[in-house]
Amino acid sequence: MSVQAASLPVAAPPKRQGFRVRPSRIVINVVLAAIAIFWLIPTIGIAIISLRPNSAFEQSGWWTVLTAPAQLTFNNYQQLFSAGFKAGGVLDSLTTSVAITVPVTILVTVISSLTAYSLVFGRWRGRTLVFLLIVAMLVLPLQMALIPVASLYKIFDNATGLQLFGSVIGAIVFHVAFGLPFGIFLMRNFYSGIPHDLLEAGRIDGAGEWTLFRKVVMPIGIPALASLAIFQFIWVWNDLLVALIFLSGNTHQTLTLFLYGQTRALAANYWIISSGAMISIIIPLIVFFAFQRYFVRGVLAGAVK
Amino acid sequence: MAVAVPTSDSLPATPAGAILPTTSQPAGGGGFRSHLGSLLFLLPGALWLLLIVVYPLIATVIRSLFDGSGQNFIALGNYKSIFSTTDIIVSLKNNVVWVVLFPFLVTFFGLVFAVLTERIRWSTAFKTIVFMPLVFSATAAGLTWASIFFIDPHTGMVNAAVQGVANAVNPPGLYPIDPATGQTVSGLVATGVQVGPSGSLESKSTVSAGSTVELGLIGISPTTLQQNGAAPAVAPTAASGAITGLVWRDFSPTHPTVRGQVFPDEDGIPGLQLALLTSSGASVATTTTAKDGTFTFANPGSGNRVQITSNNFRAGFNGIFFLGTQSLTPTSSLSPTMQAILSLPIVDIAMIIAYLWIWAGFAMVVIGAGLAALNREVLEAAQIDGASEWQTLRRVTVPMLAPVLVVVFVTMLINVLKIFDIILNMPAPSSQSGAATLAVGMYNDFSTATGQGLAAALAVVLFILVVPAMLFNLKRIRG
Repeated sequence: MSVQAASLPVAAPPKRQGFRVRPSRIVINVVLAAIAIFWLIPTIGIAIISLRPNSAFEQSGWWTVLTAPAQLTFNNYQQLFSAGFKAGGVLDSLTTSVAITVPVTILVTVISSLTAYSLVFGRWRGRTLVFLLIVAMLVLPLQMALIPVASLYKIFDNATGLQLFGSVIGAIVFHVAFGLPFGIFLMRNFYSGIPHDLLEAGRIDGAGEWTLFRKVVMPIGIPALASLAIFQFIWVWNDLLVALIFLSGNTHQTLTLFLYGQTRALAANYWIISSGAMISIIIPLIVFFAFQRYFVRGVLAGAVK
Repeated sequence: MAVAVPTSDSLPATPAGAILPTTSQPAGGGGFRSHLGSLLFLLPGALWLLLIVVYPLIATVIRSLFDGSGQNFIALGNYKSIFSTTDIIVSLKNNVVWVVLFPFLVTFFGLVFAVLTERIRWSTAFKTIVFMPLVFSATAAGLTWASIFFIDPHTGMVNAAVQGVANAVNPPGLYPIDPATGQTVSGLVATGVQVGPSGSLESKSTVSAGSTVELGLIGISPTTLQQNGAAPAVAPTAASGAITGLVWRDFSPTHPTVRGQVFPDEDGIPGLQLALLTSSGASVATTTTAKDGTFTFANPGSGNRVQITSNNFRAGFNGIFFLGTQSLTPTSSLSPTMQAILSLPIVDIAMIIAYLWIWAGFAMVVIGAGLAALNREVLEAAQIDGASEWQTLRRVTVPMLAPVLVVVFVTMLINVLKIFDIILNMPAPSSQSGAATLAVGMYNDFSTATGQGLAAALAVVLFILVVPAMLFNLKRIRG
């Protein structure tokens, strides 16, 4: 406060009186620096815990490392990885998470763009109504669908002898359904900004809808598709509830399931929990830092989910 | 932070071709094929949503009217049991706690951060740091914050910090007695002492100048004595005009049952703070025991009782159980139902802090984008007219930002209505049931053989709770 006040002329004209109470930039900088450190502490803490031997975890706080960094080791990770791709291990969980997340992301982006195209450039009646229904679905709790979908899967399994309930495919099908409303919403809003004349020109030249979609609309929509894909990827990667229900009885778990299972195991396994948590956040972190701009756009566009 | 994707706020104002169906035929060579083509595009999404979202929605409503087996129609029976089952009342209460506290707090922090970051040069770095936790799963974040809230001050960072402050303000005694672990001061009494007022010990008989007093204690571990530098106890010798005495560990390994006698293998109790009291209880002198446990009051005056003051036994700070069942509101005297409704588990607050850590960045970025889109001229005009920073913020910026603030608030409201992951991962096992929310209760009932009817009813309740938000969105988007 003193800095700003001191820099003002002594006999300030009444107009500028207001600026006297402006808190000094130094105070704001210090406060925000403290907040930033506070925000970093949990991530740094769990990272350090994962790099300390389990015996050290029980004896002293991770922050003691700051004075004795020699204790750090990659043993926890080595031990986790040494189990290889055995079902229930961390590497198997990593592949299961990828096996669910990647197909869901692709399906949601493709199907959403198709639906959005139809909603924006189609000529059928009731498009507004369908769009509003989709907006209504944006906030629908997925709990509403768990019981009937689980029953549907079981009926399907009994009829075909295949296994949908408890399988990765079952989880993917469910995830896609609950990713679509947001995907359609986002893509439709983006496509609405594309001038119709662009398509009309193509139609006059005899281009089919598929060609228009592939050659005109899709290329323009790439930024929005990127936002949607990243948003969807992180959303599904971090899911616990759908995996808990639709992978129940499956020996392959997602990373979130793996972590949740560890918390329910006997105590004193924080070496697994911390290193497992680090492995589970490293991929979203890479995605985040590589595509931050697109992710932020997705978040802004989807401040409804 | 330019926004290329049109947000729903910046939707084009009803471009007829985009939102309203047109009756005109498509120009040129599209015709029937184009009609069919765009309808075909709708097919995969529509089928998927009908099968996995719309049909289940209806089926769940119907399912909620049947009992656990799904065979018997019981109308609103499941809904009645929701409001009469203590576990579910606890879940409802926790949902209320989340809904009342979280959306407000996260919007507030988002606004403060968004406004403050406009005044620093490193705002991109700050935004990145605060926004980053948004990409973490609530599972990983919950586990991380659980480690921060560990009860043991050796490993839990928050408790370590509280301990540092607590012990500086109120240092623990050399011989802490922790009532939480069932220890009592009276358990130390052996020879010549009795329990005095407020957790102190005092000599049983009165003493006078020139005489000696021997105070024997038991139940103090040799390790503690060693840490405090104890030496073998030495019987006190009388000194004229003074009160001399000994406080010692009245337990000899070689004579385990003999009390009241100073053996060579017994240690003095060093560092004890003693006070000399008069008959009326006033303190006339203080002293501290030596390594061999001896002490001297050189000028006893009218003092005739030796007190071992209570601060010798003050327990240190042993950690707050942030992840436990402790209620922040006093409810222990209430009936179980009222307890379920009125208790505020401390773990709820711990989880809300962790969840703020995840979501404050979201609020900050959305509000920040709204702030960047504000009309600068209005703000400048306010300042030129003599409004202070604070007045400008309160009277101009916040009202202009109101639509964005409401969007953030509603988004976070919907989010915490459905809150699930963090509650499974953060509370200690003992407080899991006390911290449950509707979504957790629904999952638990879903997993039991006979709970599906109740689980369906809980899902419907969740659905009904988000309907206002749904209508809000629809209204916002239709403009």
